[in-house]
Amino acid sequence: MPLLEIDDLTVEFKTASGQFRAVDGVSLTVDRGEILAIVGESGSGKSVAMLAVMGLLPWTATVSAKTLAFDGRDLLTLSPRERRKVIGKDMAMIFQEPMSSLNPCFTVGYQIGESLKVHLGLSKSERRKRSIELLEAVGIPDPERRLSAFPHQLSGGMSQRVMIAIALACRPKLIIADEPTTALDVTIQAQILELLVSLQRETDTGLVLITHDMGVVAETAERVSVHYAGQKIEEQPVGPLFADPHHPYTAALLAALPERAKGKHLPSIPGVVPGQFDRPPACLFEPRCRFATDRCRTKVPPRQGAIAGFALCHYPLTHGRPIGHPNPEGREVAA
Amino acid sequence: MNAPVVLNASKLARFYAVPRGAFKAPATVKALAEASFTLEAGKTLAVVGESGCGKSTLARLVTMIEEPSEGHLMIGDTDVVNADREALRKLRSEVQIVFQNPYGSLNPRQKIIDALAEPLIINRKEMSAADRKAAVLDMLKRVGLRPEHANRYPHMFSGGQRQRIAIARALMLKPKILVLDEPVSALDVSVQAQVLNLLVELQESLGLSYLFISHGLSVVRHMADEILVMYLGRVVERAPREKLFEQPLHPYTQALLSATPMADPERQRERIRLKGELPSPFNPPTGCAFHPRCPRAFDKCKVERPELRWHGETEVACWAVERDEALVATQAG
Amino acid sequence: MPADRTVTAAAPTVKAPPGPFVAFFRDFSENRAALVGLIILSLLVFVAIFANFLAPYSPYEQFRDFVRTPPAWAEGGNSAFLLGTDEIGRDMLSRLIFGARLSLFIGLSVVVASMAVGIVLGLVAAFAPGWPSIVIMRAMDVILSVPSLLLAIVIVAIIGPSLTNTIIAITVVYLPYYVRLVRASALQEKTRDYVTAARVGGAGTLRIMFKTVLPNCMAPIIVQAALTISNAILEAAALGFLGLGAQPPSPEWGAMLASAREFLQSAPWIVTEPGLAILITVLSINLVGDGLRDALDPKMRRS
Repeated sequence: MPLLEIDDLTVEFKTASGQFRAVDGVSLTVDRGEILAIVGESGSGKSVAMLAVMGLLPWTATVSAKTLAFDGRDLLTLSPRERRKVIGKDMAMIFQEPMSSLNPCFTVGYQIGESLKVHLGLSKSERRKRSIELLEAVGIPDPERRLSAFPHQLSGGMSQRVMIAIALACRPKLIIADEPTTALDVTIQAQILELLVSLQRETDTGLVLITHDMGVVAETAERVSVHYAGQKIEEQPVGPLFADPHHPYTAALLAALPERAKGKHLPSIPGVVPGQFDRPPACLFEPRCRFATDRCRTKVPPRQGAIAGFALCHYPLTHGRPIGHPNPEGREVAA
Repeated sequence: MNAPVVLNASKLARFYAVPRGAFKAPATVKALAEASFTLEAGKTLAVVGESGCGKSTLARLVTMIEEPSEGHLMIGDTDVVNADREALRKLRSEVQIVFQNPYGSLNPRQKIIDALAEPLIINRKEMSAADRKAAVLDMLKRVGLRPEHANRYPHMFSGGQRQRIAIARALMLKPKILVLDEPVSALDVSVQAQVLNLLVELQESLGLSYLFISHGLSVVRHMADEILVMYLGRVVERAPREKLFEQPLHPYTQALLSATPMADPERQRERIRLKGELPSPFNPPTGCAFHPRCPRAFDKCKVERPELRWHGETEVACWAVERDEALVATQAG
Repeated sequence: MPADRTVTAAAPTVKAPPGPFVAFFRDFSENRAALVGLIILSLLVFVAIFANFLAPYSPYEQFRDFVRTPPAWAEGGNSAFLLGTDEIGRDMLSRLIFGARLSLFIGLSVVVASMAVGIVLGLVAAFAPGWPSIVIMRAMDVILSVPSLLLAIVIVAIIGPSLTNTIIAITVVYLPYYVRLVRASALQEKTRDYVTAARVGGAGTLRIMFKTVLPNCMAPIIVQAALTISNAILEAAALGFLGLGAQPPSPEWGAMLASAREFLQSAPWIVTEPGLAILITVLSINLVGDGLRDALDPKMRRS
């Protein structure tokens, strides 16, 4: 049984100008000891889906799903009180902005101790001992002194380490890291990613890594789920995904990376991610896709099988060529 | 290599006085020290480094938003430091800037057409309103926007489109040099490619020189002709692009390269792990500022600061590299 | 930007994102109280503008035979005087209608004057960090440290009681709020990239102050203005009540209250009617102000 199972998750936001669907029928599973990366550009709904799992969305959001189960418990039927017991203890989250995720009014020690107290009911001396252990585990030098430090005395990298320590405090089974290194410098990013992965290996937790950085995905993830405009459009193990992407969006996204470019001109994807007011009726990627046909404009694309990377596409690619496409060369789309 | 030099900085420096409360003397922060470089017409010079390395300060000096504390900055044949008001005004239209965040760099209460026309109204007073409008529409077309976009406000555009507008505004005065301060790091990958393509096209068709500031090495590799690597306000390595990526000399450059994630899961490599955090610019380490984190640091690095020295095509400031070279020389001799 | 997107023309037409003004009005009218306030306020403005045509009599005309006539619906009322007459036989309705004109005029002039001066001083304080800023801000601190009504009384006492002087006094009282507000938002906007971009484009300090930065500081200023109008009306009424504002024959609401206070027991309508007029006006302006703040303040805007 997977650790986290999401089936057909949809999240809609009530906005002043009508309903906006941020997540559209997403299904995912995460196993124990596995690193799943969720990749997508802004507006792909990758963060919203995970916030929905955590139950951290504002009241304007409507969440619906066929299954939303964590560690054998159905999150949909759980009362808010029981849910809070799970969140923070068995499921923890790390956010993008380490500087603003820590409360500036309290010391590091207090903030780590808080969840130990709430979820594990440890005594004061036990909390202190465990906090020092945790800070040591995340590689903070001189942990005893750091316990009484305030967040503003820490650098970005240090704050993110503290956030990781807080997330690990109750030995969670699943960690969701939402762009954990985007706000950090490159050399610090490398340190933090290495730390996250090694801690995840040691404790056999599941790790969901939400990111937009293909480089981070390639170096840390085992399985990758690619999202576009609220839908999961492809899912593959990391190696095959980079070697042979099956959805045209994934292929185009990889081709647009400067480090994979062959010449001065990058093969860019024209246009922008559809918003609330210009959502295409059938395939959401169709207006930007070089392989789009009339079928893509009128018929909602099917979910392909595992061999085609579960691609949400009428003509999934193999080695860059669309299967069953009337004109496999595709059209030139003006950038 | 014989293109005319459009920008020449020698020993450029900028210090800030930072107040430390009412009863202490203000501290001096050397945001930038002894930066020397040249930029040739039609070329791209990239400046790479992490936060606090002085790359944004450099951008502010080159665009004349701030004056250098020391050193000289030549734009074309004019020295910025000694220039009079009139000469400065002329120089200002030669250097323009594109910022990182396209959401903050456009005035939200200004229509696109007004934003693009503003530099012309100020600097080209002789221009008629009709000519101005024609110039604006022409520039919009050039950056891939449509004429009907001219009468809209910035909030109606996506991030990529806004960055196109910001580029268009920077080009209105027909500058020779464009400072690009992390122009694509706030953009999504697919949009980033569009904007990079536009920048390449514009450089080719207008013969622009770019000072490209970035922390993303893959983008720099794609765009740059020559690269400056900076650490804590100082240039530590300066090399032509291929040289820097194939044979980085400075330990910091090597660490930076190895820390940058590459979109290739097959790539197995030795990662150079840097210990510790970036030091505070208020209290920089003695000697070589990189020595507390450097895997190759030895005694000399702690006390004496290395100067930039030529090693083949590369200029590098590192005692370890000099020691290597001396070793090779004695073995050969 | 694909040029070949003719296909979308055939697709079902999608709703366009709303423009800024439509979005503003939608946010504003979502607040029912603000909408009610706006309707009442528009009525008041209408009455104030067309006072000459709407008022049945002149506000100064004395009907000696009908002194202290109660309102038309009360016992002993007269249908010729809908809201009754005052202690010397002037028609209350006419006086209130002309009073509306006075009150709104005072409110508006105070707001326009303190806003204009406040914007200039605030921008100077934000852009001239040396002694001009210090002088301006400390002067504002001094004004703020005196209770506002007391300060207004002192100013009027020095320059003499009259309608114009009331306006001047209240303007001075409200000046610091604008200066501080403008300075704070200008300092914040000043650091934004678009201001730097304008500077790189060659814009001078004056242009940046008034053309680049000021329009982006207007939202909180407008909200402050809406809230100041009501306070100014109250303050003017208070000064009038103390005999330091508009002088007796003029139908200013505060002065009307004051001159009738001895009849509170015998002819309560003479006192309550101007009081109610003040209440309704101030309330409606405050409701509109709150609505404006909700609609204009980006921090409170929902996505």
